[in-house]
Amino acid sequence: MKGDFKSGGRLERVLRAGAFAVTGELGPPRHADPEDVRKKAGYLLGNVDSANITDNQTAVVRMSSMAASLIAQGEGLEANMQMVCRDRNRIAMQSDILGAAALGVNNLLILSGDHQSFGDHPEAKNVYDLDSINLIRALRDMRDKGVLMNGRELPEGGRPRLFIGAAYNPFADPEAFRALRAKKKVDAGADFLQSQCIYDMGRYKRFMARAVDLGLTERAFFMAGVTPLKSMGMAKYMRDKVPGIIIPDALIERLKGVPKDRQAEEGVRIACEQIEELKAMEGVSGVHLMLVEWEHMIPAIVRQAGLLPRPVP
Amino acid sequence: MIIAERKPMNEITGFIEGKAKILVVGCRGCVTVCNAGGAKEVEILASLLRLGAEKEGRGLHADELTLERQCDPEYVEELSQLMDGRYGAVLSMACPIGPQYLARRYPEARVFPALNTSFLGGALAHGVWSEFCQACGDCVIHLFGGFCPISRCAKSLLNGPCGGSEGGKCEVSKETDCVWQLIVDKITADGTLDAFMAMDLVKDWRTSRDGGPRRIVRQELLR
Repeated sequence: MKGDFKSGGRLERVLRAGAFAVTGELGPPRHADPEDVRKKAGYLLGNVDSANITDNQTAVVRMSSMAASLIAQGEGLEANMQMVCRDRNRIAMQSDILGAAALGVNNLLILSGDHQSFGDHPEAKNVYDLDSINLIRALRDMRDKGVLMNGRELPEGGRPRLFIGAAYNPFADPEAFRALRAKKKVDAGADFLQSQCIYDMGRYKRFMARAVDLGLTERAFFMAGVTPLKSMGMAKYMRDKVPGIIIPDALIERLKGVPKDRQAEEGVRIACEQIEELKAMEGVSGVHLMLVEWEHMIPAIVRQAGLLPRPVP
Repeated sequence: MIIAERKPMNEITGFIEGKAKILVVGCRGCVTVCNAGGAKEVEILASLLRLGAEKEGRGLHADELTLERQCDPEYVEELSQLMDGRYGAVLSMACPIGPQYLARRYPEARVFPALNTSFLGGALAHGVWSEFCQACGDCVIHLFGGFCPISRCAKSLLNGPCGGSEGGKCEVSKETDCVWQLIVDKITADGTLDAFMAMDLVKDWRTSRDGGPRRIVRQELLR
């Protein structure tokens, strides 16, 4: 994966330098006060290489990912702006891509998006003009071929220089197809991929072995998603209620064996053990730490997991 | 075919509030097949409305009639003798295409839709119907093992199951099959997986509703 930088951003430079990258996640607030974003950015700055700025995650109305990305970048935190296909058509998404690049965003992560029936506006009409793979390809063509989806050319200096992100979920079904879906994303132009939260390490290993076999890890950077379990209650909730998450019984048992007020600590310990295992796993280029509404724990976790100091690429 | 369902009774009784004489019109097309608006359902609705009125201590005269098809001017014409202002309300039990035909032909009449069009689909079992088509105007099911991801995937994905596919079910409802599980099973079994992997389909929605209200003109059929 040598050659010219796609964006020249920090995340890309860290990954291309072969360092074990760390990304975090910053959920924009459900209001217009930018202080909330600045405060969360403060926890992430210096502890991660880039932070995903979510796009109305779980289909709940929040400050727009582009606005929050800009605020975070104002604090010195590199944004990985998320964009979902749920709310906008190809006109709006290409427009936002051009706008984000113009505002200095380096990374854009494309997702289908959580269905609106899970969110706070279940009455909404969804769009899905394009799916995530359509949009990844469209962005790649805008950047590398300098054309919009309709073939209209972008001037040389007007191409969006973005490092293209995508998501992968080894824990959804059908299991045998998950690596092929990731391949579709890599074929379409994804430069890096971040996984859904990993708890079932055995299944994750099987996925990565297949991804390596398919040559995907030679063509794109695969990052592993880690979310510490805060409590046994959270573990059970995620296991039972969140689609596409598998939590093995052994983990629940391990938390159960710890007093309630020490379960968060145990959850962090489990996450650090996972990170150790992931550092050594073939094809894994970094970890993606998802601590939504637990951002203040990021500094302690990256320190405990031995991920500091972050490299200066 | 069009799968329709009767509106909630309180909505329908709201339509006829204060009316002494109404006409309930059924349709022998799709809504008869899906047991929503045929002669039998017309009889049931008219009886329910009469009973309801009786309970409230007022009379209601409800006539019943079922046309061959309400989406065809030829059959809609059969009502012409009745549309002389004698009915305070006309309840159409066709899919909502029917009441539009009635309202257009009989502008003086107060026409109400008694059914909602639910979707385009078919029966899975007696009493169970499911959506199979979204009328996008450019069918692509042959590229997906004979299944329609546009209408049957909650996100209309074209490149495989989202991260919410679990145990063959859709994350939006455990009652709904994940069409992508069905597609992947089929294309894996029939050897078309490689073709699918190489495919790069971007939908052109101009043939769908997004191109504006649609119309077909067949020159050879024009008289």
